[in-house]
Amino acid sequence: MKRLGTQTIQLDNPPTIVSTASIVGPKEAQGPLAKYFDQCLDDEFWGEKTWEKAESKIIKETVNMAVTKSGIAATDIDYCFAGDLLNQCISSSFGLRELNIPFFGVFGACSTFVESLCLGSVFVESGAATNVLCATSSHFCSAEKQFRFPLELGNQRPQSAQWTVTGSGAAVVSANGTGPFITMITPGKIVDMGIKDANNMGAAMAPAALDTLITHFRDTGRKPSYYDAIITGDLGYIGKEILTELSETKGYNIKSNYNDCGVLIFDKEKQDTHSGGSGCACVGTTFSGYFYKQLQEKKLNKILLIATRCFNEFYELSTRGKHSWYCTCN
Amino acid sequence: MKPIETKQEYSDYVDQKSPNSPILKNCFNAFWVGGLICSIGQIIMDFCQYQGMDQTSASTVVSIILIAISAILTGLNVFNKIGKFAGAGSLVPITGFANSIVSPAIEYKSEGYIMGVGGKMFTVAGPVLVFGISASVIVGIIATFFQG
Repeated sequence: MKRLGTQTIQLDNPPTIVSTASIVGPKEAQGPLAKYFDQCLDDEFWGEKTWEKAESKIIKETVNMAVTKSGIAATDIDYCFAGDLLNQCISSSFGLRELNIPFFGVFGACSTFVESLCLGSVFVESGAATNVLCATSSHFCSAEKQFRFPLELGNQRPQSAQWTVTGSGAAVVSANGTGPFITMITPGKIVDMGIKDANNMGAAMAPAALDTLITHFRDTGRKPSYYDAIITGDLGYIGKEILTELSETKGYNIKSNYNDCGVLIFDKEKQDTHSGGSGCACVGTTFSGYFYKQLQEKKLNKILLIATRCFNEFYELSTRGKHSWYCTCN
Repeated sequence: MKPIETKQEYSDYVDQKSPNSPILKNCFNAFWVGGLICSIGQIIMDFCQYQGMDQTSASTVVSIILIAISAILTGLNVFNKIGKFAGAGSLVPITGFANSIVSPAIEYKSEGYIMGVGGKMFTVAGPVLVFGISASVIVGIIATFFQG
């Protein structure tokens, strides 16, 4: 393990993502990626009394599925890195309590999944762990309840608003395996370009993604064309367009191989999701469901996965602190 | 396109990139749905007066009935669909205010009746109540003082 440039970490014995699993809610099940997910739910409650309990159940079942698929016994998993959007990460804490695996609560908001993969892979590479579990979840209803308005409130969503993905993604990362490998990590800085609109998170996060993207290319000496795909977590349609245009002004053309999970997961026209998907589960399920399978089938070989987060102080309707985590899968 | 360096430049650029809401369509829907709600109110009022009520009692009955309808429709998961369609048309009349109190009450029921329903019922309508009541107190004091 060594440092490259200012921010990038190169993993010399790159850990493998042995398995992934994803469970999504009913709206995601009607989206274009439905067939790639392991399980699609019929209703948001999944037999539970509250959305928070349903979210806990979703992450619990997803993690169990990822562990079963990996062929590694749960007792052989050394640490677990997980988090979600709710206060004190209650969904993951409650959902994973029965696992009996030492737990690191990760609060990275929408970037939690990638942040967990980064931390987990450093643990594995350093020898501190052989197998780790990385997971995240989000739930449209519980997120709306906590950060925005009650679902029954009769208001209109602006065109720039994004739709929190209901679901969970989990991955088992191991020192032993034949790929896909996590080879490089570029943690990003907090970038605030002064966007205060809580309904335009894509625009708030795009400058952070740009900063880390450029840092990654500078640190590694790579060009955008090195990657088969560059994927951001949940910039949505607006953020995607901003990132593409701003990268070009900085001399990096990412038009041909760049896409965003928030754009891919929903059908904007049919599903009325405005600027696209968002939330922890957006990149969590899209990577676990779609991109991981593309890597396994060798349809994609080198991908750069970028997740950004953005904090909402709801009552002031201001958005502060964006942070991006990069993780490259080779 | 030239590189963006300052927050102001970025803010202008984002404004230009973000799609606007369909204002004409929203205004039109708000206009006719809002008008319809007010017409229903007027019909109830005329009916009550026809039945022999005075104007004050009749307008109280109108408020009670509209609030009740709005609360029931909120509970049936219908009012949010009307609100999404009509925007200010259903928000500005008393129906919107009823919806803003009933919706958090339903949402937070899972946290219990005291701390959930009771404590969080006014999370949306709270500011309206605080500033509405404060303003009326101030106006009341001024009125008393000048009429003194």
